[in-house]
Amino acid sequence: MDTNLKSYDAIDARLINHLQNGFPVCESPYLQVANELDLTESDVLERLENLLENGTLTRFGALYNAEKMGGALTLAAIKVPENDFETITQIVNAFPEVAHNYARNHELNMWFVVATENPEQLATTLTEIALQTNLHVFNMPKINEYFVGLKLEA
Amino acid sequence: MNFDEIDLMIMRATQTGLPIVPQPYHAIAKQLNLPVELIMARFAAMQESGVIRRIGAVPNHYKLGYKFNGMTVWNVPDKYVDLFGKKIGELPFVSHCYHRPRHLPDWNYNLFAMVHGKSQEDVNEQIETIAKLLSDCNLGSDVLYSTRILKKTGFRSNVS
Repeated sequence: MDTNLKSYDAIDARLINHLQNGFPVCESPYLQVANELDLTESDVLERLENLLENGTLTRFGALYNAEKMGGALTLAAIKVPENDFETITQIVNAFPEVAHNYARNHELNMWFVVATENPEQLATTLTEIALQTNLHVFNMPKINEYFVGLKLEA
Repeated sequence: MNFDEIDLMIMRATQTGLPIVPQPYHAIAKQLNLPVELIMARFAAMQESGVIRRIGAVPNHYKLGYKFNGMTVWNVPDKYVDLFGKKIGELPFVSHCYHRPRHLPDWNYNLFAMVHGKSQEDVNEQIETIAKLLSDCNLGSDVLYSTRILKKTGFRSNVS
């Protein structure tokens, strides 16, 4: 296992934890972060670059809320017969509107996120997925959102 | 303020990330040929309005040692789902918490909370914590683990 080969050190861990809480909007934001962590600006830049490069961080930047920009999004699930799993995966993944797709250990064994530019396209896409897979699509759009955020301590 | 063309330009330019240079907002301004004051004002305004959830780092769960990521789902009386959704969303190990529709008889869960742990025991404890919080309002639950990632695009993700 790679657990012994940590892709980051103790200073990186502080930086990761700090940057999960936000990033300033100002002239020299990395300098501000550096000052808060008692590091130099070039150290922050180098470490951040490296953490993205080696995959410890998947992203650094602004996280946009698609729905606030007029887009539509839902979570959907289907019950896929075990023998058809690969075929159905191919059909579902072929939709560009399917952003994420996960196999899960449940009778509803395929869960995917569908994202479109507007609500009408969302409905059309779900109908099309049902038609092409010949499976019932359980649409689970959020009714209310209580919390969204990642805050995993490094 | 509505989401407009300038916001859209900024979004497109920064969807994959912020420049890692001493003055990132200046770099964006230069790229878009807009004044830096405007860029910074728009970033602040988009955060204020919620178009930007936050600016920051997104870690790879697995690289930080969080190998146990469970989608916990709960059957909570509808009239209490908002109350408990807020409380569960405040727990430090919950990354997403939503009210979603039931689909009877196949799916009887209306509250979703993604939890993250470094071991199965961690996750079991987290589930126990949520169960205790819900107490009598816990009418049933399950936890779904992802056994395989079938697709993951770079699309701005805010659902899991």
